[in-house]
Amino acid sequence: MQERKLFTVTIFSENTVGILNLIAIVYTRRCINIESISASACSIPGVHKVTVTSWSDRPSMIKVVNAIEKIIYVVKAFLYTDDEIVYQEIALYKVPTVRLVDEPELEKIIRRHNARILEITHDYTVLEKTGHNDETEALFEELKAYDITQFVRSGRVCITKDPVEHVTNYLAERDRLRSIQLSGDPSHSPHPFFSEETKENTNL
Amino acid sequence: MSDHKIPGSEALIRSLIAEGVDTVFGYPGGSIINVYDRLYDYQDRLRHILTRHEQGAIHAAQGFARATGRTGVVFATSGPGATNLVTGIGDALMDSTPLVVITGQVASSVLGTDAFQEIDMVDIANPITKWALQVRRAADIPSAVARAFFIANSGRPGPVLLDIAKDAQQGLMEWSHEKCDYIRTYCDRPALDYHALSQAAGIINSAVRPLILSGHGVMISGAEPQLRELAEKAEIPVASTLLGLSTLPSSHPLFRGMLGMHGNIAPNVSTNRADVIIAIGMRFDDRVTGRLDGYAPHARIIHIDIDASEFNKNVPVHCTIHGDAREVLTALLPLVHPARHPEWLASFDRLDAIEKTEVIDRQTHPASGPILMGEVVDQVSTATSDDAILVTDVGQNQMLAARYFRFSSPRSIITSGGLGTMGFSLPAAIGAKIGCPGRQVCAFAGDGGIQMTVQELGTIMAYDIPVKIIVLNNSFLGNVRQWQELFFNARYSQTPMTNPDFVTLASAYGIPGEHITDRADLPEAITRMVKSPTAYLLEVDIHKTDNIFPMMPLGAAVDELMLNATDRLDLSSL
Repeated sequence: MQERKLFTVTIFSENTVGILNLIAIVYTRRCINIESISASACSIPGVHKVTVTSWSDRPSMIKVVNAIEKIIYVVKAFLYTDDEIVYQEIALYKVPTVRLVDEPELEKIIRRHNARILEITHDYTVLEKTGHNDETEALFEELKAYDITQFVRSGRVCITKDPVEHVTNYLAERDRLRSIQLSGDPSHSPHPFFSEETKENTNL
Repeated sequence: MSDHKIPGSEALIRSLIAEGVDTVFGYPGGSIINVYDRLYDYQDRLRHILTRHEQGAIHAAQGFARATGRTGVVFATSGPGATNLVTGIGDALMDSTPLVVITGQVASSVLGTDAFQEIDMVDIANPITKWALQVRRAADIPSAVARAFFIANSGRPGPVLLDIAKDAQQGLMEWSHEKCDYIRTYCDRPALDYHALSQAAGIINSAVRPLILSGHGVMISGAEPQLRELAEKAEIPVASTLLGLSTLPSSHPLFRGMLGMHGNIAPNVSTNRADVIIAIGMRFDDRVTGRLDGYAPHARIIHIDIDASEFNKNVPVHCTIHGDAREVLTALLPLVHPARHPEWLASFDRLDAIEKTEVIDRQTHPASGPILMGEVVDQVSTATSDDAILVTDVGQNQMLAARYFRFSSPRSIITSGGLGTMGFSLPAAIGAKIGCPGRQVCAFAGDGGIQMTVQELGTIMAYDIPVKIIVLNNSFLGNVRQWQELFFNARYSQTPMTNPDFVTLASAYGIPGEHITDRADLPEAITRMVKSPTAYLLEVDIHKTDNIFPMMPLGAAVDELMLNATDRLDLSSL
């Protein structure tokens, strides 16, 4: 039996309609539950980064990553375990303001967890904490005693520890080879990442 | 180039023609009526085959694509027209068949309102296409079509869906068409890894018992000459997958048969004796590998494929070469040393001899009793000089046709391998014949499968398509019945069939035919069918409860074969 652990998959793709659905299909087909997901722009213009976490075993996850890479508008997908990435989540908590006023212990908890207060109203106070899952979870556990009314946690975002920027290099190489193919001249300047044509087509 | 504006529907037609399309299979309807209206003016350049059901259209397009290597094109309307294509789209994905499927869609203003015949086709198609796109603006049609054709028929081919909203069909635009051959996120031709090539050559050159597994990828890339050269240079026996049949002529001395559940004994058993396996353009399907922990235990495996996600998917391999089979083999050939393996080949001969006496002779030349499927297939193959295109349905007819039909040129087998779609043969044969009018096309179907798409006899009638249809009638869903007999105590749950008179049915469509019940009448009937200049339906009453053997039962390894219902192959003396 393969060891089950939490895997993080990062996916770099063009920003096209429906890409998230295509990624989700790969997981649902294999009955792998997505623990968290986040999607946003990344440092490469026009390219989006999706970060998905899920509990599974390595052989299954390798197949997931291979299947995701087959999606036409996916540039690359990578598989990581927690030791290979720097990762973070953000959590928000809503507690009744009256408890904050009445209980001096609550202030200590907020300090100890390095949480921030985002908003205070007469009725409620919203706290924010960033950290790993277990850290945001720990604050939630402590706040349970103070009538917490809402708790929400974002999907994971992560940065790799790998010194090589694979996606940037890959796209640059693709564009360089394409320039050579088009011009027959290796010194031909590479295409910009997004030609006007690509821009138009990705907005189809 | 045109300097005046045309509707998107006409732009679609022009772009298809610009992509080299001359034949479309389809069925009109409300949401694609604009396209059909414009088609009316282009019928001299774009031939439309009106099938009798959308499923017939897509299977015909598959048959066309697989016989020719060109991209098959399908038109259907929104809603039920589109959903009727789903089986064919899935089939094309499993069997790497290049298709561009064009469905009409309701106007973009009413999308999501449950409008009449609205269905979310792109989301239905997402898991079963290589790419699916909804087009909502006329101006986007040419680039969408260009991308669709590039994606469908490059890399590992597959089906692409373009779902074109009514307003995109109606909208006016200035048409120009530029073919697409580059998408930065999609690598259609991976660069060759010379390190992997030299590693592979080293493994091959050290092999004592090498075996080539030739798959559909060899056919798709047109690598048949390189396959042959590699096999001959290093004297390596070649086994093929179901879809890889005809990549090497059946008569070639190094062609040693078909792999898999009902494949030949020698290639299956030899898989577990080989010390080197060179798998080319195949995907280690479970019907080929049997029980994975009993598969090829002694072999170092080299896997050549254009689809990197196939590597180590089912079977862990020792060397992977990512690329087009023809490019890879061309680069590999100079690195491979000439070699001879007479003892290894002799071991195939011994296994072949067992199969011949225990299985083949009994199936193709029975002395008495009811007609058997194998003898019909064998005689049709002979009557067509072993050079017809074989199209099969799914089930016993498929396996026996694959076992006993012989091939002398490439692209000669069209069968639903991955999805196993009953009803595939009749429409696929229509498409194959339209794609290759100069070749004889023989469709083998059972009495079950033929009835799943039997309405396509109407298409054959309307367009006078001279396909030869052989209905192997055992009044059973034979393959399921076989499993019921062998593994479910002969409880024939819902497998006996009450059938129409197929010859009478064909005659209603003006298709000549005859019904054979006696072995003595079979050879002349086959001759009449083969010589007929028109379509022909030959219904043959065959043994009701005959089984296909050899058989690798579910859960067995490739060398654990049943020779018949009671005996297993004994390898101790072989």
